[in-house]
Amino acid sequence: MVSTREARAGWLFVLPWVAGFLLLTAGPMLYSLYLSFTHYDLLKPPRFAGLQNYREILLDGRAATALWNTVFYTVLHVPAQIVLALGLASLLRRAGRSAGLFRTVLFLPTMTPPVALAALFLLLLNGQNGAVNAVLGWFGFSGPQWTTDPAWIKPGLVLMSLWTVGSTAVLYLAALTRVPAERYEAARLDGASAWRQFWHVTLPGISGTVYFTLVVNTIASLQVFTEAYTMFFGARPSTPAEGDAALFYVIYLFQEAFGSLRMGYASALAWVLFLVIAVITVVQVRLSRDYVHYEDRS
Amino acid sequence: MTRWPVAGLLALLVAGCGGLGPSAADRPDTLVTTGFGLPDEHATARVDVFRQRRPEVDLRINEGAFDEQQFLSAVAAGDPPDLVYADRRKLGGYAARGAVQDLGPCLRRQGVDLARYRAAAVRQVTYGNVVYGVPDFFTVRVLVLNNPVLRQAGIDPASVSTSDWTALARMAEKLARVQDGRIERIGFDPRMPEFLALWSKANGADLVSDGPHLDDPRVVEAVRYTADLVRAQGGWAAFRAFRDTFDSFGANNELVTGQVAAMAIDSWYVNTLAANSPQVDVTVVPFTDRQGAVLTEAGGQAWAIPQGARHPELACEFIATMTAADTWVTAAKARRDALAKKGKPYSGTFTANRVADEKIFGEVYDPRGIPVLEQGVRVLRSVQDRSFALPPSPAASDLVRSWESAVARALLGGQSPQEAMRQAQREAERAITRVGGR
Repeated sequence: MVSTREARAGWLFVLPWVAGFLLLTAGPMLYSLYLSFTHYDLLKPPRFAGLQNYREILLDGRAATALWNTVFYTVLHVPAQIVLALGLASLLRRAGRSAGLFRTVLFLPTMTPPVALAALFLLLLNGQNGAVNAVLGWFGFSGPQWTTDPAWIKPGLVLMSLWTVGSTAVLYLAALTRVPAERYEAARLDGASAWRQFWHVTLPGISGTVYFTLVVNTIASLQVFTEAYTMFFGARPSTPAEGDAALFYVIYLFQEAFGSLRMGYASALAWVLFLVIAVITVVQVRLSRDYVHYEDRS
Repeated sequence: MTRWPVAGLLALLVAGCGGLGPSAADRPDTLVTTGFGLPDEHATARVDVFRQRRPEVDLRINEGAFDEQQFLSAVAAGDPPDLVYADRRKLGGYAARGAVQDLGPCLRRQGVDLARYRAAAVRQVTYGNVVYGVPDFFTVRVLVLNNPVLRQAGIDPASVSTSDWTALARMAEKLARVQDGRIERIGFDPRMPEFLALWSKANGADLVSDGPHLDDPRVVEAVRYTADLVRAQGGWAAFRAFRDTFDSFGANNELVTGQVAAMAIDSWYVNTLAANSPQVDVTVVPFTDRQGAVLTEAGGQAWAIPQGARHPELACEFIATMTAADTWVTAAKARRDALAKKGKPYSGTFTANRVADEKIFGEVYDPRGIPVLEQGVRVLRSVQDRSFALPPSPAASDLVRSWESAVARALLGGQSPQEAMRQAQREAERAITRVGGR
């Protein structure tokens, strides 16, 4: 039983967070919800517009393009990130004594600032002189124009995003070490192949972590901004010469807000994205009941 | 017992919200600027002139690139800077939104005669017959030709012109070098989509006048022509990727290395060439329309006073001082002397003030025999008063985005030039309606 005095002290300790949340998160969110029903250009007071902004989104071809680009990127990026991270974590687990060193090396790229990363990959992915195409050339492949051909811009960005796979791999490595060794032993005694061991022992054993990274990476991918903005829009808030191939949803939202000064419309775009993310997350939560295995519930 | 910590915390929160005292900008004799930096003597020497004239003024230069959101938020919050320095093309939108002040009365009081300024620059800062800004620097657009590459191909640089589009296309194809999809040299870079207004004007069409004319058949023809030029030189994806590899601001720029034979470019690049590769063998020639008349597009920055500025009269005096011919000459001399100490030439200062330019190029200009300056600056000066500028528009950002996006689609072959520009026109009209309606 918590005494009144302890309860007060508890509230006092959480007060800075509560105040910060109300002032800096909940307040702006509610204000942006209000703005989404208005026309507002920063200078004149907001004018009520009802559902006009939301109706306009339905008819806005660029919003549709931006949403399509974002979903396309997410569908490529999230599975690629999970599969590669899992592969690297599995290798790391076998690294023995040097696992610590490799874990550090693998995690280090995550520390690279996104803007520096984008600038670096503009050079690496250049279709004429880039290192990526040079390597492909050694194997007899003629690489694409990663940074200027609309068909290859999103795959190029996915390739770049794998630079930070280390953070997910480290999580998987921690999860893999927690899978009880006796389960593998029992599986081996039953004659299970390496693939069956992975499918029936490893994957269920780390499904909670995989699920966590799936949700977090999906949300992050749907909000992708910095790298694409730096690479294709950086110098001026207009259209890059590659057209709309790198126009992701949050970039479009940013352009509408700070390029065209349509704060009401941009707020409506933000709330549509919020709803999209909420729906996808709810679906993921529902599916997790059938596919995610937690030790404490078994 | 818990009251005092709670009270202390609330006090901290309130203090964190600000508003406990007047802003520094409220003090008399204080001037706060935004968007203006102090990168060289053009800025520092002019600021020094003002400081010497008004030593009692606390001039606060907030250096860094102009941040539109920060500026407009400050105006909306009633806490604007006293002065804003921005691209002239942005002023129309600010004027339409009431974010900047009418400068007419104060400029008259300060004795600023806008007739001494280049007409295209003044047009860019005039919205609805009201002047909202004073032009500062002045840039134009020209062609730069790589002499050794042209001569090697048997082409006389003096014969190159944008008047005969068929001949230009033939020359571009002849000079371009493409091997197995890899571009080794661009024959002629039309600089699209950035130079669409110039190509359209060369074909007899105003991209924007009383409204946008993005789907004008002559604009469409200009888009088709330049898209075909690029397609014949390897296609837009490879062309653009190749351009991204250039060391444009280095000693081994694309003209020195022979990666480009000819290109349309902004005039400031001539200064860059002179500074980084003074011995580069190039010819600067004017851009011409299809009838052979010299044509160029003006650009540059302007000073303006935001709505709600605390010291508008002082700000106006600052603008008048910064853009006065004598101040420009002082800055030009300071710049020349600083460069001379490093053994570098002074390539001149291109301002929107015609009187200033005459004095600078008559008294201060010091090309030191650098070929690109000796020949190029003469051409740049000769085209300055042949320049045009698009009229200010309240939806300027949206218009630029519409047409640049359309040209990109046409360059990539995703849409025909006609379809792309029709879509751009629809988007531009919608943007203007939206801004007008708000």
